[in-house]
Amino acid sequence: MLRERIRASNYSFLDKLRSIDYLLILLIIAIGSISVFAIYSTEGGKFSFYTKNHIIRLSIFFNLFLVLSFVRVSTWYKNAYLFYVVGLVLLITVLFFGISASGATRWINLYFLNLQPSELMKIAVIVCFARYYHRIQNSDIQSYKFLIQPIILLIIPCYLVIQQPDLGTSILIAGSGITIIWLAGLNIKYFVYSGLLLLVSLPFVISVLKPYQKSRILTFFNPDRDPLGAGYQIIQSKIAIGSGGFFGKGYLKGTQSYLEFLPEKHTDFIFTLFSEEFGFLGSIILLFLYILLIYRIINVGLVSRSFFAKLYCFGFATAIFLYVFVNIAMVLGMLPIVGAPLPIMSYGGSSLLSIMLGLSIVMSCKIYNQEQISAY
Amino acid sequence: MLNRGRNIEKGRVITRRMFILAAAKILLFAGISSRLYNLQISDREKYEILSDKNRIREWKTPPQRGIILDNFNKVLASNDRVFQLHLILDEINDFDVTIFKIKNLIGLDQFEIKKLYKKKERLKPWDTLVVSDNLTWEQFSKINLYLHELEGAKPVLSTSRFYPYANDLVHIVGYVGDASLKDLEKPEIKENFVPGLKVGKYGIENSQEKMLIGNYGIKRYEVNASGKRISQIDYIKERQGNKVNLTIDIEIQKYAQELLKGKAGSICAMDIYTGEVVAMASSPTYDPNKFTHGINQKDWQEIRNNPLKPLINKSIAGLYSPGSTFKPLVALAALEYGILDPDKTIRCKGHKHPYELYGVKYHCWKKEGHGYMKLRNAIKQSCDIYFYEMARLLGVDKLSIIAKRYGLGANVLGDLYNDEKNGLVPDTKWKRRALEQSWYLGETVINGIGQGYIQTTPLQLCLMTAQIANGGYKIKPHIIKDDSINYKDVINKIKLDQSNFPLHERNYLDDIKVEFYQRMYHRKSNINFVLDAMFGSTNEQYGTSYKSRYDDPKYQFAGKTGTSQVRRITDLDRELDLDTDQIEYKKRDHALYVAFAPYKDPRYAISVIIEHGGSGSKAAAPLASKLIKRIIDRHKLRERYNNGNTSLA
Repeated sequence: MLRERIRASNYSFLDKLRSIDYLLILLIIAIGSISVFAIYSTEGGKFSFYTKNHIIRLSIFFNLFLVLSFVRVSTWYKNAYLFYVVGLVLLITVLFFGISASGATRWINLYFLNLQPSELMKIAVIVCFARYYHRIQNSDIQSYKFLIQPIILLIIPCYLVIQQPDLGTSILIAGSGITIIWLAGLNIKYFVYSGLLLLVSLPFVISVLKPYQKSRILTFFNPDRDPLGAGYQIIQSKIAIGSGGFFGKGYLKGTQSYLEFLPEKHTDFIFTLFSEEFGFLGSIILLFLYILLIYRIINVGLVSRSFFAKLYCFGFATAIFLYVFVNIAMVLGMLPIVGAPLPIMSYGGSSLLSIMLGLSIVMSCKIYNQEQISAY
Repeated sequence: MLNRGRNIEKGRVITRRMFILAAAKILLFAGISSRLYNLQISDREKYEILSDKNRIREWKTPPQRGIILDNFNKVLASNDRVFQLHLILDEINDFDVTIFKIKNLIGLDQFEIKKLYKKKERLKPWDTLVVSDNLTWEQFSKINLYLHELEGAKPVLSTSRFYPYANDLVHIVGYVGDASLKDLEKPEIKENFVPGLKVGKYGIENSQEKMLIGNYGIKRYEVNASGKRISQIDYIKERQGNKVNLTIDIEIQKYAQELLKGKAGSICAMDIYTGEVVAMASSPTYDPNKFTHGINQKDWQEIRNNPLKPLINKSIAGLYSPGSTFKPLVALAALEYGILDPDKTIRCKGHKHPYELYGVKYHCWKKEGHGYMKLRNAIKQSCDIYFYEMARLLGVDKLSIIAKRYGLGANVLGDLYNDEKNGLVPDTKWKRRALEQSWYLGETVINGIGQGYIQTTPLQLCLMTAQIANGGYKIKPHIIKDDSINYKDVINKIKLDQSNFPLHERNYLDDIKVEFYQRMYHRKSNINFVLDAMFGSTNEQYGTSYKSRYDDPKYQFAGKTGTSQVRRITDLDRELDLDTDQIEYKKRDHALYVAFAPYKDPRYAISVIIEHGGSGSKAAAPLASKLIKRIIDRHKLRERYNNGNTSLA
């Protein structure tokens, strides 16, 4: 009966409440709370600007997440391209009217928030690609005709974001798009070939990078090349994490951060601070929370009927994984410093907004998991 | 149905690919976890050290230098309070402005400001710059008054070396100054150095650096990334250097220095049993306090250009022909080797009939001659002719054995003073080696009156006299109190040996090495003969220092005058026979005198040298006489003090 009713899209509110993934909500609350404590610590244990702002944003966006969770998944499907186009328009707006900070033009001033459209684009690409591949037949996927469109759709935002310049976000956008193409079932050989092509063209790519990006990559391979300049962040981050030991230095006792050796500790290096204060144990627990979050998102995909929902959830889960992995690997000195926030933990409105938005679509997939989307 | 089948296939592809991705994610997360394990567990220690290095910065605090005391614990070198101005560089926003303000307050000149900028370049941004290490009270209070306007300025009450007896001791104690690169190579300085620390440059300050320097303290502060101090977390207190006790009696030293005022020369006094140097004066002198904060150009030029050469420590670095003060030793050598009978008579016929050897004439100092002389009289009246003949019979090599044994030709104080000279006691071998010439008998002859190649320092002459006066026992001269020597034992041991008739176990006529506090003579009667002759020289009529004698047995002393030529005396000089005053200063003879006192139970030996002072009996002996009285007056005090009764100070 229920199944019938759901198919007929006659969900009662109670049914919807029943379908909510409460563990997912719990995980969001848990990571959110940890982030509040971590940001409180970055301010040396004072309740001031960053902590206040973070709490406000977190509560607003969490509520937004709850509300948007009840938007039908078919609505997302219908407006997927629109979402992408809006993202693109905003990116172009940045090009002309963006505001700059430390040499990069990434933001649009919305008065209550400096919006970073590239963050929204991360989600928009997933939604857009999920829709695109939702209706393509298995047999058509391998054809160039259907391959060329997503590639163009991907290159445009990536190019715009690189121009800001923001290599990190651009790579993450590309990563999310390629993930969906992979999930949709494009032949493995394409990935192998393009991987090889990338390797071969790497020297050329590096040569067109901005000097600071080049130096970051060179520094990644040898942080001692310039210990007070480009290598400083990574050296200090490793010192902070390493000195944390198993149990950490204790909450609000991370000397590396409160004595200001750590740069950008409330954004990209929030994990470093957390790891210094809570040690290996805390870091593994936080990592576990993220794995759980990714697992829950994948789970939603598994129980969803529509390809759109599946592609979206698997894609978004991989995207979250990529954000977490790139950020942590970066602060651990395993990847070059590219500027990628840690989802939910890092201070920053746009990143938080896009993650919450993305999660709300996941939740909507969960609530309406039996909804079939006709390929119109 | 076909459509449905396709859809199922598509769903499978998506799910399969998702699982492949999930496997990759698990792998990558495992990678992150192992990296975390590496950093936080395997390499934890390394990063903890790095983290501490980041946040903890050490500041070394300079130790106070050990004080230097005289025999009676009077302070010879202390640490005085001084006012300093430091600049904490990391608290200054605009260095130029701060320096400009300071310049106006305390009146720095252009040269000093240049020096400050140079100094600053060598410092790290969190270091402290010492603007001035010796402000006047007036400057210091001005700085304090305007402190709120001076960024990073820190008025500091510090200590610096102070020498209360200034000029009187500089040649013994030395002085301190800024460490040079060469100083920093010395291990004791390298280990304990703190920027701004003064180190010993000369004398005891220099040679006893290890004792005096102390250990620096460490203040550990937690600092933030920009180097600002957040809190002090540790303070290891600095340790003051050890005190150094000298054997010098500052009262005697002061008096000796006073006696030498206006002259160039030296006075040394020594305990003939213990070897303690009681005084070691050198004149002219200079103020070591001027060196502590860097001497100014004018003062330095004044010291350098003084023709009497204050920088030379004449007691140990001045080389003089001993002249007639050498004669007691020549007589002793001749007696020991049985060269001549003391009753042998030689006639001194004056300048008209000089001593002749291979056609060369050797004159006595006395124009009209001494007449018939026996050995005792020859020492007493210092007859050169007698000694020419005696030296000729003795030979230079035998004389050199005895001279070296009694302390000539070798460094006296070990490595305490880097400028101490060895002097020279010539022999045939030496001449062949050093000058590649064979020895001439004529050189032996003049060697007999302490002229020629022989070169001695005043302290060596004092040691020689002491070792004859104590009955011919080797002593260990020292200027730093030596706790390993029990003075009472040493004196008793020598005195006991003196009263015995010891057997001859060794042949004292050979060139043998003698241990400390052991006898050096072959026959005791020879020593006694020489001592008696020296008594005659001072206390009997016609003796050369008869005028300086004391009749009171308490102060009665015995000595030997000497007049050492600084150039060859020509026949013309002999004809003119000028008084000392009539001769150009540089050409005047050096006046020497050695003595021991009291004669009945000798305890102190003394040597006096007045450069270009003329004759020993006129210029040197009177000074010795005055000083001997002072030394003997203080003897009881010293004796009681050295026997452990320290409450006397």
